[in-house]
Amino acid sequence: MFYVSIFFQYASQYLKTRLTYRVDTVVEIFSDLLFQAVNLIFILVVFGHTALLSGWSREEIIFIYGFFLVPYALFSSFFNIWDFNDRYIVKGEMDRVLTRPIHSLFQIIMERMELESLFGVITGLVIMYYAGSALGLTIAWYDIFIFIAMVLGGAFIYAGIFISLASIGFWSDSRTDIMPMMYNIGNYGRYPVDIYHRVIRYILTWILPFAFVGVYPAAYFLNREEWYFYAFLTPVMGMIFLSLAIFLWNSGVKKYRGAGN
Amino acid sequence: MSKYIEMIRVRFLMMLAYRTNYYSGILIYSINIGAYYFLWTAIYGGKEEIQGLSVLQMTTYVAVAWMARAFYFNNIDREIANEIKDGKVAIEMIRPYNYLGMKTMQGLGEGLFRLLFFSVPGMFIVALLFPISFSTNIVTWGLFFVSLMFSFIVNTQINLLTGIMTFFLFNNSGLIRAKRVVIDLFSGLLLPISFYPLWAQSVMTYLPFQAISYIPSMIFTEGFVGSEIYTAIALQAFWALVLIIPIQLLWLLAKKQLIVQGG
Repeated sequence: MFYVSIFFQYASQYLKTRLTYRVDTVVEIFSDLLFQAVNLIFILVVFGHTALLSGWSREEIIFIYGFFLVPYALFSSFFNIWDFNDRYIVKGEMDRVLTRPIHSLFQIIMERMELESLFGVITGLVIMYYAGSALGLTIAWYDIFIFIAMVLGGAFIYAGIFISLASIGFWSDSRTDIMPMMYNIGNYGRYPVDIYHRVIRYILTWILPFAFVGVYPAAYFLNREEWYFYAFLTPVMGMIFLSLAIFLWNSGVKKYRGAGN
Repeated sequence: MSKYIEMIRVRFLMMLAYRTNYYSGILIYSINIGAYYFLWTAIYGGKEEIQGLSVLQMTTYVAVAWMARAFYFNNIDREIANEIKDGKVAIEMIRPYNYLGMKTMQGLGEGLFRLLFFSVPGMFIVALLFPISFSTNIVTWGLFFVSLMFSFIVNTQINLLTGIMTFFLFNNSGLIRAKRVVIDLFSGLLLPISFYPLWAQSVMTYLPFQAISYIPSMIFTEGFVGSEIYTAIALQAFWALVLIIPIQLLWLLAKKQLIVQGG
């Protein structure tokens, strides 16, 4: 309960800062939209030259992309820890965080949240609605709950991977560029995994499971029964990866000695 | 002239000092090229060719487009914006060189560095991983480098324009971000221009963006043949000349109404 009220206090502070720079916020949302539009245009143009992509139709690919946007929006609103090493370890900010009686990871998430990214949830839902109605998909009442579970699972996978990478900073504060690389690898999950080489498919499923953020869970809603096993694994994978990440984080905090003053 | 060459050299050496940052860059570009490689192979399916390009040419196109990006890409728009914001630009203006010319030269120094230490080894690695065809015709290579030079010029000019806009907008990080997305899409980096529907193609002939990525990549993959190559390079040269006009106009205007926001 305490954490919930802390969240609302951080959120209201955040909204105050954003409302001071309104134009900047609008421009940021607009450039996010532009970026999403570019990916959609890419899909549309490509399907001007082919009817199927490894057996997936244009609307199905668009649906997968729409689904991907929802967990990704949650992730990018709350888990901006790609610069954790520079911002908290090298600059010594971590010392300040650790003196407070709230879990350190929770504080960092709160400090770095970017609520305007949540706009991507709306974009994703709109895209899914468009593609879904073009495909004539039907939804049962319980699909809402499955959807929420899958979205959380996907967001947790992203969060788990990035938190684990950030935790490396506790052991070594040398500069690494693994984080931006992860963003690029994450894009692989937006397309059906059957187009990739076996090795890459294996990596995307079990090691860096970005396929669980896009194509696997989306396959459930597209009634692709051959992928159901993987689809229902999404929340499980999410829990596993997030738990592992938090475990890594906690043991990292114990080892943390500070970067001096 | 010698002072500008000195600027290229200094920037080149500065980049050389931080070269380890670039190894991970090569990996990132390879990851991106890989993603598009698999995507395009799936798109082609069994097809021999789409819009006159074979799968092999398409893979080469993707690879060379990304590696050429390492050369023409620079952040001088952001640098100019920052120098305007913290007021440094006022000092720069009284120095005995052309500010925009100096920025261009710094961009060139950076570009040359990345061409040697990023694009060349990167292309080598990518060629090991994916099937890529290199032209054996020396003329094609020559024309490719001429075209690449123009793509640097056009891209830099667009960056200068975006940077100068800070004088009028004060905070233009949104514009810079939007510009980058637009260039990725309309320059032909993600998709060859010939893949777009015809109406979109005709709109794009009136825009300078295809001079940045589409033309050099098509020359490299030999998607352009014969007179097509020369028309394309002429188009690049045309844009390189035309874009000087808005840059000079905005620069004159900017100098008149410079407001230093601190410093």
